[in-house]
Amino acid sequence: MRRLAAALGAAAMLTLPLWLASPYHLHVVIMAGIFTILALSLNLLLGYTGQLSLGHAGFFGIGAYTSALLALHWEWPFWLALPSAALTAGLAGYGIGRLALKVRGAYFVLVTISFAGVISLISINWMELTNGPLGLPGVPAPELPGLSFRTKGAYYYLVLAAAGLSYLVCHRVVRSRLGRAFVALRENEPLAESVGVDPTRTLVAAAVLSAAMAGVAGSLYAHYTRFVSPEVFLFSYTVTMVIMVVAGGKGTLLGPVVGAILFTALPEALREAMAWQWQMVAYGLLLVALVFFLPRGIVPTVASWRR
Amino acid sequence: MDAFLQHLVNGLVLGGTYALLGIGLTLIFGLMNLVNFAHGEFYTLGAYATFAALALGGTNFFLAVAAAIVVGAAAGALCERVLLRPLRDESIDTTMLVMIGRWIALQNGELLVWGGVAKSIPHPFPTAPLVLGPVGIAPLRLFVVLTALGLIGLSWLLIQKTRLGTAMRATFQDRETAALMGVRIGRIHTATFAFGSALAAAAGALLGPIFLAYPSMGDLASLKAFSVVILGGLGNLAGATLGGVILGIAEELGAGYVSSGYRDAVGFVIIILVLLLRPSGLFARSERIG
Repeated sequence: MRRLAAALGAAAMLTLPLWLASPYHLHVVIMAGIFTILALSLNLLLGYTGQLSLGHAGFFGIGAYTSALLALHWEWPFWLALPSAALTAGLAGYGIGRLALKVRGAYFVLVTISFAGVISLISINWMELTNGPLGLPGVPAPELPGLSFRTKGAYYYLVLAAAGLSYLVCHRVVRSRLGRAFVALRENEPLAESVGVDPTRTLVAAAVLSAAMAGVAGSLYAHYTRFVSPEVFLFSYTVTMVIMVVAGGKGTLLGPVVGAILFTALPEALREAMAWQWQMVAYGLLLVALVFFLPRGIVPTVASWRR
Repeated sequence: MDAFLQHLVNGLVLGGTYALLGIGLTLIFGLMNLVNFAHGEFYTLGAYATFAALALGGTNFFLAVAAAIVVGAAAGALCERVLLRPLRDESIDTTMLVMIGRWIALQNGELLVWGGVAKSIPHPFPTAPLVLGPVGIAPLRLFVVLTALGLIGLSWLLIQKTRLGTAMRATFQDRETAALMGVRIGRIHTATFAFGSALAAAAGALLGPIFLAYPSMGDLASLKAFSVVILGGLGNLAGATLGGVILGIAEELGAGYVSSGYRDAVGFVIIILVLLLRPSGLFARSERIG
């Protein structure tokens, strides 16, 4: 039964551009894929190590700008720009991870939010590099010999592959020794240390991995929309990621995926019904309601019903 | 040199209101262990309440500022009773998420009510600056800094000299022991949150006429309040006052001598540097990080 459902789901995902005719719906699906990577990445920190990063839009934006700048100024192909974006964002994650050694909990949140704030101000003010608030238009679409990812249909498969790969990476990491060390630190840091978990290296590893994944999402976003502006650093992106992870179920593998798909589709479905501000009001109230009524998230709650 | 003195005076005006924001937040953060990302929303509320009292209520400016402070306190008390009281034993992350949700909902609610166009708040002061030797200060700004200082003084009296203040300090030091001594912790939390929110609303009511009132004005105010709290140390009233003044002056100097585009980066850099180098704040005697 489960296998059948999984096979059907995989078949539906693989053939999606064939039966989903409307380009608008395909766009929503592609954005859901990019947000899946972001939610998976945030979940590594928030869900598994228990450290909330409110600077994730910063890593996302660093990835987007790195990729766009390399492609525009040095004409690097997408296939080199994407790993460079992951690397640059990962380096930023390394810096933030080193800070996590000194501060935890609320203070870690403040450091990450300040980091994203500084990066965002740099992107607005460093005109020579980033073209300021005007942004960078004309980011090229990825190309392969005989294959262009200029169409939404082709880009869908690229994002699907990246999201699938991110899921597998998270799956591997979470079940590894490192992943168990994440959870051990979340549950009881002194106890984890007493059995040989090195908090320094473990948290830095989590931050680097998480930031690099967000950088990949940023690069995919830049080459998809073909335009990068300081808006990639908007705090509402970070909030959206947090809602996706918390609603889907933090500390589960499937939770962020469910959250990302749900919360990309939901605002689009509501777009007809209510104005954007009402949507944001609803978002805020939803976050409050989730904490009160569904504190563990959708996936763990559904899983406990089945048992 | 004259420019420097002028920056210093402008920084002091900003710093006084930052201190108000910081004192409110440091009490809430320290006493309730709550990362209150909605703090800036009370600042916004203060500015809009002043505007509403003037434009719709037709009162005079000083009554409007007082009304804004009362509205801030009432909204704070309500928020604490409805959203925070049921979650008092939850983890710090849980309450923080609730405050983030409240922040987003309120800010966009304000956008719906007042629209995205910034509102200018009228005030009765003449616009010609008072010139004192090398520096000039607009009468409105003088009023702002004096009122801020007065409110800081009142806060200090409340914390140090009243029964409520004693109970608040006891709760900050050790919640359980304070409860055993007959302090009603629930009421202290409500009072602290209402008081902190009233100070934030006061800051909004005072800065609103200098700048403008717009729905997202609270975002930066929250972050600045956090930088002040981190500079001054958790729950440290004198630290928050000094921290506010330092931040105000540092911003003015940064905007004047480095680049006005990076004015708002000063607060962020302070947060990162202080947490890196001296996480208990500049003025704390002992480590108080958790």
